[in-house]
Amino acid sequence: MSEALGTTGLILNEPLLWERGKKGRSGFSIPDRDVPSRPLPLEMTGGGPDFPDLSEIEVVRHYTRLSTWNFGVDTGFYPLGSCTMKYNPKINEKLAGLRGFAAAHPLLPAELSQGALQLMFELERFLSEITGLDALTLQPAAGAQGELTGMLIIHAYHRLRGKQKTKILIPDTAHGTNPASAAICGYAPVPVPSGPDGIIAPETVEALMDSETAGIMITNPNTLGLFEANIREIARIVHERGGLVYGDGANMNAVMGIVKPGEIGVDILHLNLHKTFSTPHGGGGPGAGPVAVRKDLARFLPIPRVVEKNGAYELREDFPESIGRVLAFHGHFGILLRACAYILSMGPDGLRDASRMAVLNANYIREKLRDVLHLAFDRPCMHECVFSDQNQQPTGITTLEMAKRLIDYGYHPPTIYFPLVVHGAIMIEPTETETKEDLDAFIAAFRSVAREAADSPAVVREAPTRCKVKRLDETAAARNPCLAG
Amino acid sequence: MRYLPHTEEDIAAMLVAIGARSLDDLFASIPADCRFGGALDLPAALSESALERRIGQMAGRMAVSPEYALFLGAGSYDHYIPATVSSLLGRSEFVTSYTPYQPEMLQGTLQGIYEYQTLTARLLGMEVATASHYDGATALAEAILMAVRITGKKKAVLSRAIHPHYRQVVRTYFAPTGYELLELPVLETGLTDFSRLEEIPDPAAVVVQSPNFFGCIENLRGAAEKAHSVGALLVAGFTEALAFGLLKSPGSEGADIVAGEGQSLGIPRSFGGPALGMLAGLKKHMRNLPGRLVGKTKDRDGKRGFVLTLATREQHIRREKATSNICSNNSLNALAAAMAMASLGGTGIRELASLNHDKAEYLKNALRDAGCPVRFSGATFNEFVVGFPGGFEARYRRLLDRKIVAGLPLGAYYPELADCGLLCVTETCGREEMDRLVREVAT
Repeated sequence: MSEALGTTGLILNEPLLWERGKKGRSGFSIPDRDVPSRPLPLEMTGGGPDFPDLSEIEVVRHYTRLSTWNFGVDTGFYPLGSCTMKYNPKINEKLAGLRGFAAAHPLLPAELSQGALQLMFELERFLSEITGLDALTLQPAAGAQGELTGMLIIHAYHRLRGKQKTKILIPDTAHGTNPASAAICGYAPVPVPSGPDGIIAPETVEALMDSETAGIMITNPNTLGLFEANIREIARIVHERGGLVYGDGANMNAVMGIVKPGEIGVDILHLNLHKTFSTPHGGGGPGAGPVAVRKDLARFLPIPRVVEKNGAYELREDFPESIGRVLAFHGHFGILLRACAYILSMGPDGLRDASRMAVLNANYIREKLRDVLHLAFDRPCMHECVFSDQNQQPTGITTLEMAKRLIDYGYHPPTIYFPLVVHGAIMIEPTETETKEDLDAFIAAFRSVAREAADSPAVVREAPTRCKVKRLDETAAARNPCLAG
Repeated sequence: MRYLPHTEEDIAAMLVAIGARSLDDLFASIPADCRFGGALDLPAALSESALERRIGQMAGRMAVSPEYALFLGAGSYDHYIPATVSSLLGRSEFVTSYTPYQPEMLQGTLQGIYEYQTLTARLLGMEVATASHYDGATALAEAILMAVRITGKKKAVLSRAIHPHYRQVVRTYFAPTGYELLELPVLETGLTDFSRLEEIPDPAAVVVQSPNFFGCIENLRGAAEKAHSVGALLVAGFTEALAFGLLKSPGSEGADIVAGEGQSLGIPRSFGGPALGMLAGLKKHMRNLPGRLVGKTKDRDGKRGFVLTLATREQHIRREKATSNICSNNSLNALAAAMAMASLGGTGIRELASLNHDKAEYLKNALRDAGCPVRFSGATFNEFVVGFPGGFEARYRRLLDRKIVAGLPLGAYYPELADCGLLCVTETCGREEMDRLVREVAT
């Protein structure tokens, strides 16, 4: 490629909302008043919030300008490891906006909401097939709430068996949400060290799994992008000692149609629809974190549950052993709909191919960068590969600085400093939706950054220079927090 | 498949570069006994047009306005969403971006959320607001857990006039903690009965929703005084954020933590989600807040910019000692709410809230005049509890055939209100529609 992707155009400044506008303006069309005024008693009413009054064009320009300071998957390559920033299909956005769904009230009687209930029922069946588990809840709002739901199910399971536990095993390659989710249920996380090959050895689990331990939370493929090859043996040990195996399915994108977690010893698994099933991340959500379980754990699933009877669907709450509700209504339906549309677009072969291409792309990047970046574990990876800044140490340039420099080249940086087991980690997940040309351009850019680290480190330390702002002072932000204007 | 761009030649060239003979080779690290050998039993791939037909058919089997007249609220409200909000929110720079961990290239999201936090704090009369939670119910559960952390006490007292689903979610979150949850009954006015509060030793939080589930406006100032007198924090919940365009804000009435639902602000009902959990508190409790926060800072040139901050409270740093496990939240919906609040402005939100209140008053009075008993005497906002002549449930069923959803039957939630329903009116409901409902009920 002759010209770098990153460049600068005209970036417009834009003040804060309340630095704009004039009292008396409005950007909202208030419907005609066709009823008499009936003021509330004065002691109940206030002066109304101190919002700025803006005209419609001011609101439009404000947010349009803000949007130009943002970088999305539609803008360019977003190889954030563990986050699965794949393309978010446009048709799914259009379908989520269909009035029948967008305007639907969650408490409509069942006979007036058959379309939404059918969609949920079918999505449950699709996800059950993909995970190899028997029953599902679509209610959890995000991956972390899926984990919490799973932990609550484990808690309910042990309580019902008359022996509550106090601990849970969590590998050192787990997502940070895992220990936090377990802690809400009163389980003390026991770290399980991964072996020299980056995966968990059965003997390690054997030594830690005691009668006080509720089970294990295991991410597979793990956050090093490696398949936990001993999963069956690990599950056997955990089951034998009365525990349950919780699978963090955040990385399911690597193994759709290739591995069914329910068939290899996983009892409970959450999926991130905003990762594996292409729903947009929205700058930090909303996502969705459905939880799948094996048959005998279905009785603990949150209520309400969608049930089919003679071709009609209904929501039922009569499950006395259920852990209860985890959201006010039935989950992030708008996200569920997009995921369902994605599965229907891909079909069984398309899903498997998506996983195969995701793994191909990660291995390609791994191979093409391994001579300039240090590979944390020198073995074939699944959907993501993890490097470190070890090779750059003599130059004094760190992972953070290389990441910031990639921005100038027109790329969102990879995930950095995670997983924690790799010092200075650089975690690259290309996903399956990128072209070979774009992968090659990214590889060339990263190689160029590595060269700069050696030849002109000052340029790297200065980065980024092409954004709306230069490097931001995060320490000052935390020391003297200013959270509202 | 159009989402997978590689050609056969691309794949072949990449396999050569990797040194693998086939795609299957790449999965060699997965033991044979872990592999699924078959084909997934899923429907064959659909073309875009076929997909649109299939999903469209399902969407057609939903009762929505204008074909149906809906008087249904109960935590999910029909407010008009300006075209500007839908259009601006659809900008893919917002939609397809990730959590702003690289702040320099995500200033749009960051300034947008900082503005959301600010407007939310102003709406609720609080000092700081978080970047968002999943929904009103989980925000309330997190707020009560926060009160437990702040006070070090292990008991919370909840009004029975809080949305029943919210109380269920709180129970779910509290089930494994060992903390105790108690309930306060409801008076004939539809307001919370605090008379037995003093008999409850050492509560961490007194939790009240206003407007409450029945639409009744609680006396938050009185609730705050009572809560503080027993050494508890007042956690104020809400399901209808628009109410604070007209009502005194919970913060100005003495609430310590405020948590509720922001769906009314520019977010479609979408069968209940994704919605928006709003949570706000006082500066002195800032480090106990759950969830993400955006803060103001400067770049190397001294220029204003925004970053995620106070991350040491969060799960990715503090792991099991975090204030919450929340990671992905409902950021895009927070942006929608900020857009709606900016579009309304201070003048607009007051006008819209007054119109909502007056419309509901119109229907309440018209139904009362037509012989329907209005169950509670307390002043209401947007929603009220009412009976129908000849029994609520029977009449409700009959009206469904006429494409009217006359609110929510309450028997399943409150056995003592088995003959009543919760009706809601917003600005989208015209007088003619209300008059029609009254006629149908009276005949």
